[in-house]
Amino acid sequence: MSAVVSLTNVEKSFGAVKVLNGVSFEVARGEVAAVIGQSGSGKSTALRCINALETIEGGQIMVCGHAVHDPKLDKKTLRRDVGIVFQSYNLFPHLTAEQNIMLAPTCVKGIGKAAARDLAREVLARVGLEAKADHFPEQLSGGQQQRVAIARSLAMQPKLMLFDEVTSALDPQLTGEVLKVMEDLARGGMTMILVTHEMAFARKVASKVIYMHQGTVWETGPGAMLDDPKTPELRAFVGSGL
Amino acid sequence: MPTFTLIHFQFLCWAALWTVGLSAIAFVGGGLVGFGVALARISSTRWVRILATAYIQVVQGTPLLILLFLFYFGIAIVGFKEVPAIFAAGLGLTIYSSGFLAEIWRGCIESVPKTQWEAAECLSLSRWQRLTRVILPQAMRIATAPTVGFLVQIVKNTSLASVVGFVELSQAGKLVNNSIFEPFTIFMVVAAIYFVLCYPLSTWSRSLERKLNVGRR
Repeated sequence: MSAVVSLTNVEKSFGAVKVLNGVSFEVARGEVAAVIGQSGSGKSTALRCINALETIEGGQIMVCGHAVHDPKLDKKTLRRDVGIVFQSYNLFPHLTAEQNIMLAPTCVKGIGKAAARDLAREVLARVGLEAKADHFPEQLSGGQQQRVAIARSLAMQPKLMLFDEVTSALDPQLTGEVLKVMEDLARGGMTMILVTHEMAFARKVASKVIYMHQGTVWETGPGAMLDDPKTPELRAFVGSGL
Repeated sequence: MPTFTLIHFQFLCWAALWTVGLSAIAFVGGGLVGFGVALARISSTRWVRILATAYIQVVQGTPLLILLFLFYFGIAIVGFKEVPAIFAAGLGLTIYSSGFLAEIWRGCIESVPKTQWEAAECLSLSRWQRLTRVILPQAMRIATAPTVGFLVQIVKNTSLASVVGFVELSQAGKLVNNSIFEPFTIFMVVAAIYFVLCYPLSTWSRSLERKLNVGRR
């Protein structure tokens, strides 16, 4: 099993606040890793570091063969391999769902308009929204917007998908439809890292759970680890969450 | 004693066309330069940002009247004798509007949420593609109303071009006044013509603002 992502002693500060204090973990091909932890434990920052949205001050990050810690990193090629979905969807409001999806394949990969449209229909079908292709983001519900955002990332055929608290802004029903799409993706063999507060989802879908606390990886294990925490911190966290 | 007649009114209307023409030159020229300066203002290169900021500060900190004098006499000093007034006036107004439009548009570009830049960056788009395909289309919607609003300022400020001898609406009013000396009548008519030019613009600006403020689209 080769690691698609490996973090080694990653350090990151915002001003005087040390957010990541020697974070290390690996995610193998096809694995679904759920990063959990309290707000401020550094989990979102760790995710953003994987995609070079934040630059790190110490340690090493290897992602799909790219040395992300290297200042000479070509971010464009890294991001062709890594897709990311945000809590606030970040769809482009001036473009329809289909145009949102077509933008990167046509601009970055030079795919023709017709082929890009076929691709957009295909990924929209995967998230169950082929009927909404011509809708603008504001005409879609939060859950639908988030599914379009997932489809937009998928259209670039990434080797790794990052999900940054993608259901935190949604009500339980809309959360369900987004989680279902993510579960389908996981079953399809996509390597995924998700920062989440959905403990039930983490237990069910994740092949690896990473509990972060105070800027470090506190406890790692399979989904079942949540039923039998080793550290008192995770026990307290799970206890408060469920 | 001659009085204000149709001939005088026709002369004023003809001069108003020059006001419109000069406004158009100032807007198009100022728009082109201002767009470049706005982009320089948000450049990723530090010294480009500093230069653009300095340009805006200097232009905004100089009275338009002085800018017009500087161009009118300055061009003559660097060797071009007999500068046509429209050239100096057009150049001065272009520089003036570029300084303001650049700052208006910079604000519009920056009011597009940072997360839009980020999302586009994560899709592997180059900085130029992010700007042209994602940010500018959204910024343009925000910019329409304040830009049309600024157009009103340009129209009114063309009146200063009279100081370099350019015959636009204000200068024409002065000329008519010199011959018939009925300042109140004449300048009331001049003011009315300015109002006729500007009122539709400000109404348009207001309606654009209302329309574009509904939702983000």
